[in-house]
Amino acid sequence: MSEFNPISLAPILPELFMAVAGMVLLVAGVFRGNEGTRFITWATIAVVVMAAFVLAGELPTGKPVLNGMFVLDSFAYYMKYLVITGLVISLMLSIQYLDQEKMAKFEYPLIVLFAGIGMMLMISANDMLSLYMGLELQSLSLYILAAIRRNHVRSAEAGMKYFVLGAISSGILLFGISLIYGYTGSTNFELIASSLAKDVSIGAVLGFVFVLAGLSFKISAVPFHMWTPDVYEGAPTSVTAFFAIVPKIAALALIVRVLFVPFVALHEQWFQMIWFLSFASMMVGAFAALRQENIKRLMAYSSIGNMGYVLIGIVAGGDAGISSMLIYLTIYMVMTAGVFGIILCMRLEGVSVNSISDLAGLSQHRPFLAYSMAILMFSMSGIPPMAGFFGKFMIFQAAIESGLYTLAVLGVLSSVVAAYYYLRIIKTMFFDTPAEKFDTNIEFSRRLVILLSVLLTLGFVLYPSLLIETAEVAVGSLFDF
Amino acid sequence: MDMMLLEIGLGHYLTLAAILFTLGIFGIFLNRKNVIIILMCIELMLLAVNINFVAFSAHMGDMVGQVFALFVLTVAAAEAAIGLAILVVLFRTRGSIAVEDISTMKG
Repeated sequence: MSEFNPISLAPILPELFMAVAGMVLLVAGVFRGNEGTRFITWATIAVVVMAAFVLAGELPTGKPVLNGMFVLDSFAYYMKYLVITGLVISLMLSIQYLDQEKMAKFEYPLIVLFAGIGMMLMISANDMLSLYMGLELQSLSLYILAAIRRNHVRSAEAGMKYFVLGAISSGILLFGISLIYGYTGSTNFELIASSLAKDVSIGAVLGFVFVLAGLSFKISAVPFHMWTPDVYEGAPTSVTAFFAIVPKIAALALIVRVLFVPFVALHEQWFQMIWFLSFASMMVGAFAALRQENIKRLMAYSSIGNMGYVLIGIVAGGDAGISSMLIYLTIYMVMTAGVFGIILCMRLEGVSVNSISDLAGLSQHRPFLAYSMAILMFSMSGIPPMAGFFGKFMIFQAAIESGLYTLAVLGVLSSVVAAYYYLRIIKTMFFDTPAEKFDTNIEFSRRLVILLSVLLTLGFVLYPSLLIETAEVAVGSLFDF
Repeated sequence: MDMMLLEIGLGHYLTLAAILFTLGIFGIFLNRKNVIIILMCIELMLLAVNINFVAFSAHMGDMVGQVFALFVLTVAAAEAAIGLAILVVLFRTRGSIAVEDISTMKG
């Protein structure tokens, strides 16, 4: 047993800071009640931003601490900044919505914060135990968020569905972990890797399949995607925005680490599985979205499809594959933030509406929203010179370089199909007979998110090397050993 | 000879756990009646996992598995609390906890 040394806690400081601040804010919230929601939300945003500064003070050494439970390498560093950005964006988007829908509870921003801590722990997990605890902290918070609108049938139903399917996936994941523990003798990622390097037993492979199935639930890869459309539709829109923007980043970081650290010896096995997940997700994402009328549901299928593209990067592997995946994920996060900012503005006389036909003729009475949405939709469908095009381009380039011609061709084809429903939204906004006018009061913070998202989507082409080089540095730490 | 036949080894525990786990999963998908049964099935799955952990831990003489089982127990309790809370919310809005009633959204 090693002597306890406070300095070894340094890499986990951002999470500790967030946890302590979260508890302080919880107490403050109890004293101020639900009238203090706005204050607590801004305070939570401040805490997350401060956590970013604390994180900036850490060095991504890549040396496991806390008995090998936790690691902060440059990959985790990059992913954590993505998660922090996503948390800030989704909190900013939800401020006005909470008031408008009369669901302002001070717990809301804090549960988002706790989910964020769970995600940051997942990203840094270096042991099956810390993986599981991080994942559960995140999942349990997300179940509550989905059902947070207690007087609403759909929200409760979304929460129930998410809970049941999420709990099954956690159970499957755990069963896999128990088999891996039994057949490799350890739960530590490095020790599992060295045990599998010597000898691969059938029990370990079985356990690995269970683990991968459990993790695929969390990123809603087909065939584990059943919960996504219902949860996205039923949950309050600000929660849907949060679900679409952040948790998948953490789950993907976890999948990448699990595939390339403990199970790198099983590459032959997981290559085929991820290949299939990627292919199936792209196809379902493209075809099932065609007949959706609800824009939140459409975004759910769009996110399933996008997970398919991200998985191409993992199948391609190597520096090029994973860095293209990180770039795609970053661009996708920025675009989704803008799209949900606009969806949150879809309100008729104080009631939020979600169907695509409500957008008809938006360009005539709300040009700012319509042009922003058009730019984001062009970007999502991968039309140059928007950022979305470069994301797809690099993913497909990485796929071609590692000889995955079939997957690349299927990806391009499915993105052509997907372009139909993105462009249909643009057609509805610009060429259909105008529907009723949306309410005009849009808060500053939401405008800011939409504007930044659009500017980054448009401006990526001017200075792409910034993101590309950062992603390449981030990936370096995964393939060091 | 008879004693040898009666000895319970790692394989027996793993089989038991696998059977319980499968029962849990089938219980969730075949049950068309009540959401509470689903919650019980989820518990069953997690307990099966715990049997696995403890059996492996005892077999290898390694404590990590038992520690893991304790963590799983704790998380399972939190999960059950949240599941029941959502169930109460669902019952208040719908007035029913039958599985076939949870179907406002489809497609």
